[in-house]
Amino acid sequence: MIKALIGKKIGMTQIFDKDGMIVPVTVIKAGPCIVVEKKNKQTDGYDALQLGYGEAKSFRLNKPVLGKFTKNNLTPLKVLKEFRGSEIDEIKIGDTIDISIFNDVTSVSITGITKGKGYQGVVKRWGFGGGKDTHGSMFHRAPGSIGQSSYPSKVFKGLRMPGHMGMSKNTVLNLKLVKIDGEQNLMYVKGAVPGANNNIIYIYAADKSGRKLNK
Amino acid sequence: MNIVEKIENSSLRTDVPQFKSGDTVKVYQKIKEGDKERIQVYEGVVIARKGSGIRSAFTVRKNSYGVGVEKTFLINSPLIDKIELLYKGKVRRAKLYYLRKKKGKEAKIERLDMVQQQ
Repeated sequence: MIKALIGKKIGMTQIFDKDGMIVPVTVIKAGPCIVVEKKNKQTDGYDALQLGYGEAKSFRLNKPVLGKFTKNNLTPLKVLKEFRGSEIDEIKIGDTIDISIFNDVTSVSITGITKGKGYQGVVKRWGFGGGKDTHGSMFHRAPGSIGQSSYPSKVFKGLRMPGHMGMSKNTVLNLKLVKIDGEQNLMYVKGAVPGANNNIIYIYAADKSGRKLNK
Repeated sequence: MNIVEKIENSSLRTDVPQFKSGDTVKVYQKIKEGDKERIQVYEGVVIARKGSGIRSAFTVRKNSYGVGVEKTFLINSPLIDKIELLYKGKVRRAKLYYLRKKKGKEAKIERLDMVQQQ
C-alpha cells in the first residue's frame, strides 16, 4: 500500500495539545488525489501509482497530458506525481485516495520547493562568519580567499561561493503528525514545511528514522 | 475567513471575563502531579496583556511574603480552569512594569469599584 499524497501548504499556527502545551503546527490540505496511471513491473520495470491533484481547466494542459485524462474519463488535474510502492493490485485508475490512509501514521516526511531567496552572498547562503563590522576591519561579508597561487593554480570545484539560493527541492524528515481532520482533508504537522503558503507539497508516511515508507 | 483563522478561532475560550492592565484577577490553574490533578489559585494585579487571538497572554504580579512574583498565562490555555475578575483598577498605562520598582504603598493600584461575582 502506498502511503503518500499530494497536498497544499495552507499556513502555520499554534494549537494546544492534550497536555495543554502549545504546539507549532503547519496546516496542510492533503488530497484527495486521483489515480491517473498505474505502472507495473512487467511493462515499466517497477510498481508505481501516478496520482493527480487539483482541478485544472482543460485548455491549460497540452494534448499529451490531456489525453491521459480523456482516455480514462477523468477530470483534468493540475499536478501529477508518481509514487513507487508495491501492493497496488486492488487500486484501479480513477480511484480516489484521501487523507484516511494516514490515520494510523504517527509521523510524515514532506518534500517541497523552498522559497526563492535570489542571489545571495556567502554569509546567508553558506553561513560564513564574515568579518568585524567596526574597528577598521575593512572585511565585512566577502568570501575571502578561494585558493592559492601557483599550486594548485585553480579554484577547486564545489567551493562555496555566492549564488542563487532557495527555489530548490527540499525534504523535511519525520515531522510529527499532530492531528487529522478527515472531513476537510486537513493535516496538522508539527514544525515547518518547505515553501510559501499554497505551495504544492508531497507527503510521505515516515518510518522510525524518518525515511519515506513506500520506498 | 481563511482556514488558519478558523482553526485559531475554534480553540478560543468564551468564558473569559473582560479585563485589562491594573485589574485584580484570580487565576485558577490546573496542575498535574503524576496522574492526579489539582487546582491552584493565583491572585494578583494584571500588569500586561500581550498578543491577540489564540496567542494572547497576560502577566499577573503579586507580592508573596515580601517577594514580588510574576506569572504569565496564555488566556486560551486549557490549563487554566477559570479566570475571575475581582476589582477594576485605575491606571493610565497599558503596561505596568513600573510596579516592579515600587514598594509598599507606592506599589498599590487604586481600585475603581468592586465587581460583583457569584
